[in-house]
Amino acid sequence: MASYSTNEFRSGLKIMMDGDPCAIIENEFVKPGKGQAFNRVKIRNLKTGRVLDKTFKSGESVDAADVIDTEMQYLYTDGEFWHFMDPQTYEQAAADANAVGDASQWLKAQDTCEVTLYNGSPIGVTPPNFVELEITDTDPGLKGDTAQGGTKPATLETGAVVKVPLFLEIGELVKVDTRSGEYMSRVKK
Amino acid sequence: MNWQPCASLEVIRQRARIYKQIRAFFDTRGCLEVDTPLMMPTTNTDLNIGSIPVAQGGRNMYLQTSPEYAMKRLLAAGSGSIFQICHAFREGEAGRLHNPEFNLLEWYRVGYDYRQLMNEIELLITTLSLSQCSFSRISYRELFRGALELDIEQATLAELRRCCEQRVAGADAADLDTDQCLDLLLAAAIAPTMQGYQFVYDYPISQAALARASGVDASVAERFELFHDGIELANGFSELTDAAEQRARFERDNLARRERGLPELEIDEHLLAALESGMEDCAGVALGLDRLLMILLDLDSIDQVLTFRD
Repeated sequence: MASYSTNEFRSGLKIMMDGDPCAIIENEFVKPGKGQAFNRVKIRNLKTGRVLDKTFKSGESVDAADVIDTEMQYLYTDGEFWHFMDPQTYEQAAADANAVGDASQWLKAQDTCEVTLYNGSPIGVTPPNFVELEITDTDPGLKGDTAQGGTKPATLETGAVVKVPLFLEIGELVKVDTRSGEYMSRVKK
Repeated sequence: MNWQPCASLEVIRQRARIYKQIRAFFDTRGCLEVDTPLMMPTTNTDLNIGSIPVAQGGRNMYLQTSPEYAMKRLLAAGSGSIFQICHAFREGEAGRLHNPEFNLLEWYRVGYDYRQLMNEIELLITTLSLSQCSFSRISYRELFRGALELDIEQATLAELRRCCEQRVAGADAADLDTDQCLDLLLAAAIAPTMQGYQFVYDYPISQAALARASGVDASVAERFELFHDGIELANGFSELTDAAEQRARFERDNLARRERGLPELEIDEHLLAALESGMEDCAGVALGLDRLLMILLDLDSIDQVLTFRD
């Protein structure tokens, strides 16, 4: 198995830690001038999302994790799994609820997502930064109230609930930033 | 292609300013500027300092990790007090505060001990600073006692390892030896809490490097380091002048290197012969100029003071 020495550490590097694939978030080299050098890293467990600190003696090696991030098209969910397809090879992969996590509320068929594969199986899904989704439920709009502030909750076709301006109606299309969950704009159909 | 320097032109001018002031400082104090080779056939044997080898004319040479050995040969030759501004090289040291090639100011004061040298460093930094600065001093043992409630004289290795695991997030201390535990605690648990310019003196004798043992307490060496807000800035000694003791330390280094599976290094017989012929009592210090510049200009990464970095 491939391995990395501490001097190859940089953010984004995927390593195995305690049996799980992890990504290095931060790497700090500390060394008293005449003393032992250490690498102090923050790593994210790619399965659980948990962030942990780890201190290595410089020069130590850790196993590389067979993890790749790849663009895949979202197809559908059968309730238990979310199915994705590689647009080049047409190969499909099924992600469970654990792997999809919060991304599930933004997944619309045919949107392209970044899927993190560990030994070929999805362990994480990142939706597009911006998605365009239809409002399926919200309180009736207030006529003429286009300039005032004020928002109301709206349920979108994927199940996500976002705050939208008061004038929006059921059936309208909105653009949402999936990173913050915030409404960006109305989209003309 | 980004061919531009990492340091701003203003930082480059500030470096020129402090170099000029350093030279004036030592000139008025009767210290001679010297220049020694950066590439020599022998190198530092220290376990934790890696030298960069270079092949030259069919023989192995090393880029110097500091000009210490060569400057001591000048002292033994009767140079009197000397200083040098030069580059130094340390293999594998790279990070926010490290670059494998960096700039040192190293100087030796004949007739001084380490306390007198600390006074002179205070004066130099005050001269170079654009604002007021204050200095404090604490012994290595007191530093650990105050910051970690740990008496390093009394603590067993098991206690040191436990302290590492409690104080340093994600540390596995099971295979660390005593000095590695102390290094980790100092760098990761204590340094982040240190404030202002602070001298730490009387290092454990196991970390004496090229310092002489204290005449008062044989368990410590007359070695100090200067920190600024926890960033290590300078390392100095009352210099070891005893050739036999120096040879014993070189041999101990090589023994430790063998145990750790590191290459053993040829001992610098020229330095030993120089000490044998007699070197006056003196104190010496190496100060990292890149970090000093960072501190004086309130910058937080060494990149910001280097002209270029690959």
